[in-house]
Amino acid sequence: MPDIQSIGEQLATILKKQRADYVEAHLEENHVTSINYRGRQLESAGKSASTGGNVRALVKGGWGFVSFNDLDDLEKKVALAVRQARFVGKEKSQLAECPAAVATIRPAIKEDPQKVPLHAKKQLLDEYNETVWRTAGIQTSMIGYGDSHRKTLFINSQGSFISQERADVTMRVVAIAAKDGQVQQAGLSTGSRDDFAPMRHLHKDVDELAQRAVDILSAPVIKGGQYTVVLDPILAGVFVHEAFGHLSESDFVYENDQLRELMTLGKTFGAPILNIVDGAAIPALRGSYEYDDEGVPASRTYLIREGKLVGRLHSRETAAKMGEQPTGNARAINYRHPPIVRMTNTFIEPGKTTFDEMISGIKEGVYAKNWYGGTTSMEMFTFSSGETYMIRNGKVAEIVRPVVLTGNVFNTLMNIDAIGDDLEMNQGGGCGKGGQSPLPVSNGSPHIRIQNCLVGGK
Amino acid sequence: MEEILDRAMKAADEAEVFIASTEETPVQFESNRLKHIQNKQSKVITLRIIKNGRIGYATTTRLDGYEELIDGAVATAEFGQKAEFAFPTRRRFPTIGIYDPAVKKVSLEQMAALGEEMIAAVTAESPGIMCEAGVTKAACEFSMFNSCGGKAGYQQTVFGLGVEGQLVRGTDMLFVGDHTSSCHPVLDTKEIIATVIRHLELAKRQAAVSSGSMPVIFTPEGFASAMVMPLVTAFNGKTVLDGASPIGNRLGQQVFDPKLTLRDDATIPFRPGSRPCDDEGVPCRKTDLITGGTVSHFIYDLQTAGRAGTKSTGNGRRGPGGLPSPSINALVFDGGSITFDDMVKGIKEGLVVEQLMGAGQGNILGGDFSGNVLLGFKIENGEIVGRVKDTMVSGNVYQLLKDIAAIGSDSKWVGGSLRTPSFCFSNVSVASR
Repeated sequence: MPDIQSIGEQLATILKKQRADYVEAHLEENHVTSINYRGRQLESAGKSASTGGNVRALVKGGWGFVSFNDLDDLEKKVALAVRQARFVGKEKSQLAECPAAVATIRPAIKEDPQKVPLHAKKQLLDEYNETVWRTAGIQTSMIGYGDSHRKTLFINSQGSFISQERADVTMRVVAIAAKDGQVQQAGLSTGSRDDFAPMRHLHKDVDELAQRAVDILSAPVIKGGQYTVVLDPILAGVFVHEAFGHLSESDFVYENDQLRELMTLGKTFGAPILNIVDGAAIPALRGSYEYDDEGVPASRTYLIREGKLVGRLHSRETAAKMGEQPTGNARAINYRHPPIVRMTNTFIEPGKTTFDEMISGIKEGVYAKNWYGGTTSMEMFTFSSGETYMIRNGKVAEIVRPVVLTGNVFNTLMNIDAIGDDLEMNQGGGCGKGGQSPLPVSNGSPHIRIQNCLVGGK
Repeated sequence: MEEILDRAMKAADEAEVFIASTEETPVQFESNRLKHIQNKQSKVITLRIIKNGRIGYATTTRLDGYEELIDGAVATAEFGQKAEFAFPTRRRFPTIGIYDPAVKKVSLEQMAALGEEMIAAVTAESPGIMCEAGVTKAACEFSMFNSCGGKAGYQQTVFGLGVEGQLVRGTDMLFVGDHTSSCHPVLDTKEIIATVIRHLELAKRQAAVSSGSMPVIFTPEGFASAMVMPLVTAFNGKTVLDGASPIGNRLGQQVFDPKLTLRDDATIPFRPGSRPCDDEGVPCRKTDLITGGTVSHFIYDLQTAGRAGTKSTGNGRRGPGGLPSPSINALVFDGGSITFDDMVKGIKEGLVVEQLMGAGQGNILGGDFSGNVLLGFKIENGEIVGRVKDTMVSGNVYQLLKDIAAIGSDSKWVGGSLRTPSFCFSNVSVASR
C-alpha cells in the first residue's frame, strides 16, 4: 500500500480541479496498543492499525463529506462530496480568511510509548494491579491502558499541505470495594502527550485510591440541597469545561439569534476575579497542536477576562459568520468525522487565595475532589466528584459518598467567590460532542469556592 | 478471508476472522435548514487467535498485506488471557428479518423532505425555536470464519429519523426532541412531531418544586436516562464474574418488585438490535433476565461463559474492532396496565422526569444515580402544571425497583435497543434551589 504522503500529493492536484467553493481532505495513519485488566488478571492485549481519509466540500454554504478506509478511486470520492455539497447549498459560502500553509510538524517525543515493549508495559500495570489488590476489602479492579501514534495529512484547495504527528497515552485505574451487597468504586485517570514517563511512579496514587474505595463504602450519603462547595483543581477543571467551555464553542451560537444576543461580548458572567482561557498553542498538553483540522494555526483565547465574556472558539465558518477571527479550534476525533468546534486546553487562571483561607470561613460545606464525569445542556450542567468530604467549622471533616453537583451557567459562575493560587492541569480527560469521543483535551484550575451550589443526595 | 485464516493458522493453534463493513449516509439539518450530507464507508478486519492456550488479537482497516495483523495477534497472545472456550463449529441460525432493500433506495431528496417536514411542523408550533434534524440510512455486512469450521454472515439495514429543538427565551433554554429507528425505512414523521409538540406545550409554563421525597414518574425516556445503565452493567456476565454485580449471587431470588419482568431479545423482526447470530457466530435468542421480580439469567459471550462455567447467550459484541464482550442485544421491559394519564391523575404532588442529565456519572455499579432534570414537569392534584428546572433527582435503582408504585401501558422503543414503559415510584429524593 502506498504511504499517505504520496496519496496526499495526488489528492492536492484533484482538489484544485473541483468546481466547489472549497474542498479539503484528511488522510490518517493510526497505530494503537491497548491493554486491559479486569480483576486479578490481564483480560486483553491488542493492537490495531487503521488507515483512512475523508473529503469535505463546500458549495454555496452546503457541506458534503465522504469518509473511507479504502484509498482507491479517490477522484470518485471527491466528486461525491462535491455533489452532496451542491445538493445542500442554497446560499453563500462563508469561510474566514486563512493563509495557505505548507508544514511538516514532527512531535518532540521524549519516551516513545510505542517503543516501550509490551512486556514492560504489562509489568508496570501488574504492579499497579497488585497495589490495588493488596488493600483489604477490595472486590475487584479494572485497568484500561492505551497508547496511540497518529499521523495526519491535511490538504485543501487553497494550497495548504500540512503533515502532523502525535503520540498519546491514557490510563485509568479503578478499584472496586464491596460489602453486604453494597458496591463502591474509586478511580484515577491520567494521560500524557508524546511521553510514556508520566505513566510510571503512580504506585502511591494507586494505593490511595484503593484505600479510598474501601473508605467510601462505609461513608454516609450527603443530604441533598444547596451548599458552599470547594472544588479541587481536578474537579474545578471539569467544572470549567462543562459549565462554560462548551457554551463558548460558537457552533452552538453562530446561527441562533437569541443565543448570539445572550452571548454578546462584554457581558458579565462572573466576578472580576474570574479569568478563563482556552488554547492549543500552550505546548505539550493533551489538547495542544500547531494546526487544527482546518489548517488554521493554534492560538490562545481568553474566553472570560475579569468576569466578562471576551472571546469564543471558532472554526473558519463560525468565525466568518460572526465576523470574528478564527481561533484554530476545529477538530475531528479521526478521519471518520468532519471537524467541529472543540476545546483544547481549558483552564481558570490562578488567583491569590490559599486553600486554608478558602475553607476557613465555612461553617458547613462540601469539599469535592477528583472527577468521575460531567455533562452539559449549555444552560444547566452536572459534574461529579470521585472523592468528597464535609467541611465543618473551617476544617476538612469526615468523608462522604461521591456527589453529583449541578449548576446553571447564568448564576453558578457568578457564585464563584474565591480562586486559589494553585493551578494544576489534568491530562486524564477526554471530551465528547456530536458523537465524537473521547477527544484529547486537558482542563485545569486552582481550587475554587462556589456559594449556593446544588448537590444531589438523600 | 480464507487467505487470512490460512496464513494465521501457520502461526497459531486456532484462528477466527471477523469482518464488518458499513456504509452510512446521514442527512443533517442545523438551525432549521439542510446543512450536511455525509457518506461514511468503513471496513474493519479483526483476527483473534489462540496460541499456546492464550488469546491474541489485532485489527486493521488495511485491505492488503496481512503481516502486521498476524504479527500483532501473535505478539499479544504471549500475554493474553487463557482461552476458556472453543470456537463454534458450523451452526444453524434463526431466521430473523433485519434487511430491507428499500432502505438503500430511499433517495437524498426523500431524506431531505423528511427533515424539512419535521422542522416545518415544530417551528410552526413554536416560532423562534431552532431545530437540528437527522435522517440516516445505513447498511452493514458482517462475516466471520473460524478454524473449527464455523461460518456466519448476515446483512442488516437501519434507518433513523430524529429532530431536536432548542428554544431560548432570555437566559432560559428548553430542549425537546424525539427519534426513532428501524430496519425498514421510516417515512412517517407524525409520531415524532406529536411527541415534540406535546413537550413544547407542557413546558410553556414553569413550576416550582420543593426539596424532599415525593412520587416521581419516569417516562420511557426518563427511565432510560436514569435507571437502565446500572441494570445493563449488573446483568453483564463479566460484572457478575468479578463479584462486582449487586445481584451476582442472587440468581433465582426475588430481588425486584413482582411486577418487574425484563428480557434481552435479539429476535424481534426489523429492530436494529436484532440479529441471527452474535459477533462470535453463536446463535442469538431471547434471554429472560428478570421474571416476576426474580433474577433469571445473566448475559454471556464465549470466554466469559467459559470462565463462569456456563454457556454463551449469544451476546458477544465487538467494540470498535476489539475483542468480543457481553453486550445487550435489545432490552425489553414488560408493560403494565395503567395509562400514563391515569398515573398522573393518582398523584397529589410529584414530578414527571422526561430526561435526567448526568445520571450515569455516579456509582453505577452500586445502582446509585443522581442527575439534573433537563426536561421534567411538576404534578399538582393529578395534573401536569409546568416545567421544573434547577432540580436534582437522586436514588438507588435496587431500592426503587423493589417497590414499584405502577408500571405504565405506554411501552415504546427508546433508541435502537431498549423498549420500556413509564415507571412510577412513591418516594424519590428531589433537591431544588
